[in-house]
Amino acid sequence: MNSIDATIAEKGLMSSEMGSERTLYPYVTGTSVIGIKYKDGILMAADMGGSYGSTLRYKSVERLKPIGKHSLIGASGEISDFQEILRYLDELILYDNMWDDGNSLGPKEVHNYLTRVMYNRRNKFNPLWNSLVLGGVKNGQKYLGTVSMIGVHFEDNHIATGFGNHLARPILRKEWHENLSFEDGVKLLEKCMRVLLYRDRSAVNKLQIAKITEEGVTISQPYSLKTFWGFSAFQNPTKGAEGSW
Amino acid sequence: MDLNLDAPHSMGTTIIGVTYDGGVVLGADSRTSTGMYVANRASDKITQLTDNVYLCRSGSAADSQIVSDYVRYFLQQHTIQLGQPATVKVAANLIRLLSYNNKNMLQTGLIVGGWDKYEGGKIYGVPLGGTILEQPFAIGGSGSSYLYGFFDQAWREGMSKDEAEKLVVKAVSLAIARDGASGGVVRTVIINSEGVTRNFYPGDTLPLWHEELEPQNSLLDTLSLNSPEPMST
Repeated sequence: MNSIDATIAEKGLMSSEMGSERTLYPYVTGTSVIGIKYKDGILMAADMGGSYGSTLRYKSVERLKPIGKHSLIGASGEISDFQEILRYLDELILYDNMWDDGNSLGPKEVHNYLTRVMYNRRNKFNPLWNSLVLGGVKNGQKYLGTVSMIGVHFEDNHIATGFGNHLARPILRKEWHENLSFEDGVKLLEKCMRVLLYRDRSAVNKLQIAKITEEGVTISQPYSLKTFWGFSAFQNPTKGAEGSW
Repeated sequence: MDLNLDAPHSMGTTIIGVTYDGGVVLGADSRTSTGMYVANRASDKITQLTDNVYLCRSGSAADSQIVSDYVRYFLQQHTIQLGQPATVKVAANLIRLLSYNNKNMLQTGLIVGGWDKYEGGKIYGVPLGGTILEQPFAIGGSGSSYLYGFFDQAWREGMSKDEAEKLVVKAVSLAIARDGASGGVVRTVIINSEGVTRNFYPGDTLPLWHEELEPQNSLLDTLSLNSPEPMST
């Protein structure tokens, strides 16, 4: 881009200078992300939906991405802003690698970087409209944290964004425990994702589960969950109360 | 009746981009409206960016035109400096940059489609907000609301060029039938290793859908055929 006519580039066509710069509302959005610490590291789950208002417009959006060697990011909210954040992180990791000093940014550092980015944008009334989940393992230390679009950030043993705050957190509070096995961790995440599928209008039945351990990152192939509709009460719910629902 | 002739030109629109085995087919309707008035009934919403990359425009006519003009300019420079044709991905990313960085001011949904020697035929959707998504097929514009179900059922991987074009023409035609903001003719652009082909399908070449009747020149033509019954019901 450096040979592009400088005046045009500076006048703000490729940068965000012109006009009122406050993000008013999101367009293409992803719903909940859930993350948990388990025995060997972090497990994270997110569906692959990109909603456009009430339309479930895109069904193959990857909302879980590896960052460097030690971290995994999951995002809900505006997808274009998430794509921009991935570019920022790409540059961050690139510069980190260019030092070539044997050091690499761990999840704690990446989380801190994201927090600064999100909070500074919030202060300019032009937020990146995302809730991010950042998980990773470095030198045996597990890390799981979150940053919201206004810069609120914290770490915990289990994290949920969006609807997950309301629907997944109670389940995680009850059933999470230290040293979950991989199988139990996946089952716990799937339990949360299934509830979200039943009760979140913007949920889509195509999800990925990602795992990060000291060895590295694995993101599963997309898959769908079975749902249960066999309650007898579902057969004739308005019997005896016609017109109700 | 609300005939606001000063309303901004908006291409209500139906736009489609579909990959097939060997290239891409882009399709669009041709209606540009100013409020309720049809300002242009034969617009061309499929705009050339380079020899091998084209753009389907929807939303504000002004916004989509200016974005495409700038990207065409940037791509011309890029091609000279690179020494070979630009790739579809580069074109799509330039569209994304303008859409994303000016998201507060722009109201245009775009579909970038083309063919390059590295990746073959590719379609990139860039909806409102500046998200970029590479897709086997993309639909956009107000008329696309009526096509989600149609594509869920009719889309297949690995279609031939003719199958893909027929699908696009059928889809745009269905959207025109139900979306007031879409209409006119169906234009398609096919891009592959051999080059670019533009096609034009006026209304009389399109199939008839539910509650639509075969067009005729005048009532008088049917009157003379069924002589004893001038007016029925």
